[in-house]
Amino acid sequence: MFKEMHDLFQWAWLIPALPFLSFLIIAFITKRSKRLSSTVSILAILTSLSLAIAIGLGVIQAGKEIVEHPAIVNVNWLNIVGLQIDFGTIVDPLSAMMLFVVTLVASMVQIYSLGYMHGDEGFSRYYAYQSLFASSMLGMVLATNLLQLFIFWELVGLCSYLLIGFWFFKVSAREAAKKAFMTTRVGDFGLLLGMLFLYTKFGTLDFAALSAALNTNFQDVLVIGTAGYVTVMAFLVFLGPIGKSGQFPLHVWLPDAMEGPTPVSALIHAATMVVAGVYLVARMYFLFDFASPAALQFIAGLGAFTAIFAASIAIAQDDIKRILAYSTLSQLGYMMFALGVGSYSGSMFHLMTHAFFKALMFLGAGSVIYALHHKQDIWDMGGLWKKMPITGTTFFIGVLAISGMPPFAGFWSKDEILANALHNGHPIIYGVGLFTAFLTAFYMSRLFFVVFMGPEKPENHPHESPWSMTIPLMILAFFSVFGGFVALPEHNFAWYIHYGEFHHEAIAWGLAGISVLAGLLGIGLAYITYVKKLISAESVAGQFSGVYKLLKNKYYVDELYLWIIKNIMDGMAKVLYWFDIYIVDGIVNGLALVTRGSGKVLRRTNTGQLQTYAMVFFFAVVVIFMAFAIGESQLAAINPLATLGGAK
Amino acid sequence: MVEFNFATVLTPEIAIAVLSLILLAIGLLIPAGARKGMMPLTVFSLLGVLGYTLYDFFYGQEAAFLGGMYMHDQFAVYFKVLFLAAALLVVLSSGGYVQKLPKHRGEFYALLLAATLGMMLMAGAGELITIYVGLELMTISFYILVAYLADDARSSEAGIKYLVLGATSSAILLYGISLIYGLTGSTQLVEVAGRLGGELTPASLLATVFLLAGLGFKISLVPFHLWGPDIYEGAPTPVTAFLAIASKAAAFAVLIRVYLLTMNSQAFSATGQTLLLVLAAITMIVGNLIAIPQTNLKRLLAYSSIAQAGYLMVGIIAESTAGIKGVLFYAMIYVFANMGAFAVATLIDEKQGSSEIKDLAGLWRRSPLATVVMTASLLSLAGIPPLAGFVGKFYLFSAAMDQGYVAIAYIGFVMSMISVYYYLSVVKVMFLAEGEGLPDVPVHGAIKFTMVFTMLITIAIGLYPTPLAQMAIAAAQSLF
Repeated sequence: MFKEMHDLFQWAWLIPALPFLSFLIIAFITKRSKRLSSTVSILAILTSLSLAIAIGLGVIQAGKEIVEHPAIVNVNWLNIVGLQIDFGTIVDPLSAMMLFVVTLVASMVQIYSLGYMHGDEGFSRYYAYQSLFASSMLGMVLATNLLQLFIFWELVGLCSYLLIGFWFFKVSAREAAKKAFMTTRVGDFGLLLGMLFLYTKFGTLDFAALSAALNTNFQDVLVIGTAGYVTVMAFLVFLGPIGKSGQFPLHVWLPDAMEGPTPVSALIHAATMVVAGVYLVARMYFLFDFASPAALQFIAGLGAFTAIFAASIAIAQDDIKRILAYSTLSQLGYMMFALGVGSYSGSMFHLMTHAFFKALMFLGAGSVIYALHHKQDIWDMGGLWKKMPITGTTFFIGVLAISGMPPFAGFWSKDEILANALHNGHPIIYGVGLFTAFLTAFYMSRLFFVVFMGPEKPENHPHESPWSMTIPLMILAFFSVFGGFVALPEHNFAWYIHYGEFHHEAIAWGLAGISVLAGLLGIGLAYITYVKKLISAESVAGQFSGVYKLLKNKYYVDELYLWIIKNIMDGMAKVLYWFDIYIVDGIVNGLALVTRGSGKVLRRTNTGQLQTYAMVFFFAVVVIFMAFAIGESQLAAINPLATLGGAK
Repeated sequence: MVEFNFATVLTPEIAIAVLSLILLAIGLLIPAGARKGMMPLTVFSLLGVLGYTLYDFFYGQEAAFLGGMYMHDQFAVYFKVLFLAAALLVVLSSGGYVQKLPKHRGEFYALLLAATLGMMLMAGAGELITIYVGLELMTISFYILVAYLADDARSSEAGIKYLVLGATSSAILLYGISLIYGLTGSTQLVEVAGRLGGELTPASLLATVFLLAGLGFKISLVPFHLWGPDIYEGAPTPVTAFLAIASKAAAFAVLIRVYLLTMNSQAFSATGQTLLLVLAAITMIVGNLIAIPQTNLKRLLAYSSIAQAGYLMVGIIAESTAGIKGVLFYAMIYVFANMGAFAVATLIDEKQGSSEIKDLAGLWRRSPLATVVMTASLLSLAGIPPLAGFVGKFYLFSAAMDQGYVAIAYIGFVMSMISVYYYLSVVKVMFLAEGEGLPDVPVHGAIKFTMVFTMLITIAIGLYPTPLAQMAIAAAQSLF
């Protein structure tokens, strides 16, 4: 039976290939027709979704086999002495889960965009980018080696750039696209260095081979360069995820990325691309696990800090998309610290559930923005539940899920992470996580109560969005409600996706109760403040005006970066500019002058005279012979000219 | 020895010979109006032979017959594939050009095929006389082809120059061969190598230098290169393309076989190695530097092809499977990159009657396709990734570095960088210069196919070099 499964898994390459084909078709053939372009794109992603489901079911059926032996197919791409690069696909529970999540959310977003992007000038272009993005993201998930992953990693970055700046006629969109691209490049540079370092030490970038090299040749590695090297590699590789997954201090691009169309934010900047960093750390967990404990501790610390840092900012924001963006940062921090404290399964579980409910809430926010003609300030909204019952209800499900209320999806994953943090001996991180859970419940409920309950605003005339937009909301809401139940069966999520030895852990109901309590506290506090108005938000903000201002301005991180760029970078740039103009250019121009000059002189050798050519030919023969003869030591005694006469 | 059948082993050669004679006959017998079908006939016949030769490469048997006079190994068949592909592309791109010829259109194709047959003999020859016969068959066909535009002074001049200088180099080569026969009593490469082995006499040294000069002339190794630019410029453009691509590859096929079998013996000592290194370095430097001030496209390509010969020498000197593989790989992609550039040159020559670089001005507006093809070809020649030329240069120089020839590899790197300058200055003219008053250049028919096909191959091999690299490895291994 497993053999048949392998036959199925071999076709995994089709999953990224179909959207890519659709990208080509739209770009070269159907771009004039909006309807055809969107149809091609949606058909492609739906086919990929069905394939992903088939592979997911295959993985579930294969069970133990596939958990222990991933199905890997490699095609040689480049093979020269000292460098072999493969392109391939890896199917294991981890990639199967990612394939499902990405294709599902991408399908929902593409269907949703039919309504949201309706009438937009660049409708076909939008679907071309969407297809390209889906293809790149899926190719990244299936990568069997770090280089392949990196290529697709950069491609998703490119798509993100294109889609953030989709409305390029808006200055803010252009600026945000540039910011996103350049900020993530900082991390990517570290990742590239890490790759080079890994390659020089191990001679391969293949995940399986690297893992084997680290685990079986433990002693050899120590000889080559001690575990210290491995730690440096791990840190360098981790710089990539810091940029891509918006960890502090490279998180600044994500909130600005909200300039893109809202479905794009849902797909790329909430559910899929930003979790690429988390996925990379999971894929290369063997490296971080092998490195000194400092590496994992660093990840845990940074993740926890990002979680609470971003959550605190979210409290004081007024833009509906920005609140969600900071919430995404905070949840990414959650996933990251889960990996750091050894909750591998928990992190991946949360990645999945978060994709469901965060995509749901982003699309819900999009639905609201669509209904209110592009208003984004939550204080301009209110009482929308009655006017938009489907959007309101599904959004409420999302809020409950992210707040960790049972039985919604977020409850199961959050609980697993927090329980693992405490069990694996990280009480401080557990505390931070718990407090973040409280903050999350608070700001999400605040958003919900202000937008959907509260008094209606007379100047708004909202209507429920069209079916193309509400059906994806309902489907995602379904997964946000029931997606967490995969934690329940005996062969549960953690049995399939785990690292190292598997220990079946019963759900810690006591700890779960505490988390739920924290969530309830957050929701309750928001209810009292924003619905019952027993506490005046204004007076609290007034009393702690310093803190409020700090949060409102996102801890002035952007301002700090600006200051550094203005004062330090520009100063350095001026010095280097001088050096470049006078020293480097001087040398380069000098060299060029010499090269061109010698070309002009040498050119004279071609006179066009036949006699000269023949003479040079014979002369050259003689000179070469003489040089040859003189160079031969055993012939040194013989007069070379004598041989021309035939003397021996 | 394995049982084999002359007919199966020699099928491509026989087919080309017969085809050449048929075309000659058709050219004489059929009235001028009915000769339009000659190009399609040539193309489809070549396609058939090419297909058979490719099959032969993968499934054919290795054989050597007449006591090693003629070899049928993967190395020879690889080169046959190369010659046939080059001939096919030249025929495809010369359609419009031949239509404009005042007379003797039929003979044009017949001579082209005769030259191809000579090259195929050179690739298979395992004996000096056979090599000479193949070489002369090729060269004499070229003498006529170069001077084909009898009314054009430049073409006639080029023909005369090529005849005189070619005869000179043939004489030197023949002198070298006769010296070798006198010394060893044989012209079989294997026997020659055995009998010369170990001992280097002044006479054998002289013979070696003569052989090198004779072959060096054909590959335009500096200082035997002077004929190249004049003849390239004067000859009809499709002929120039064939001369630059295929005749050079044929001479390389011979040089590799002779070098590995004879010069490579102990007799060919460190001094010889050094000498070849110096010649390769000079060839790269001179070719690239003189290319810079050129104003004529064909002359520029001539100097560029001199430089490319220098790169290929680096692979031979490396004397390893990797090095020979690099040479074979590079020779093949060189066909496509150069063919793309020459196809555009042919087109411009045909439409504007000129091949000056300034006449490419504003080509971007006048013919976007031609501009893109030209740009891709030149960038591939310059070795810019992800085009095929990059991979080829990478193979060549890394093979040299592996064998410890670091200096020559660095010279190669620096010279490649310099080459980017003159290649890009052509691109600059096409894109940035104003081409006011110059005609539109529409691209139609077979030449369009040639252009698009060569460009796609150049890109495809650059992105996924493995299949061709594996063919080159197999061919290289059949020599060692």
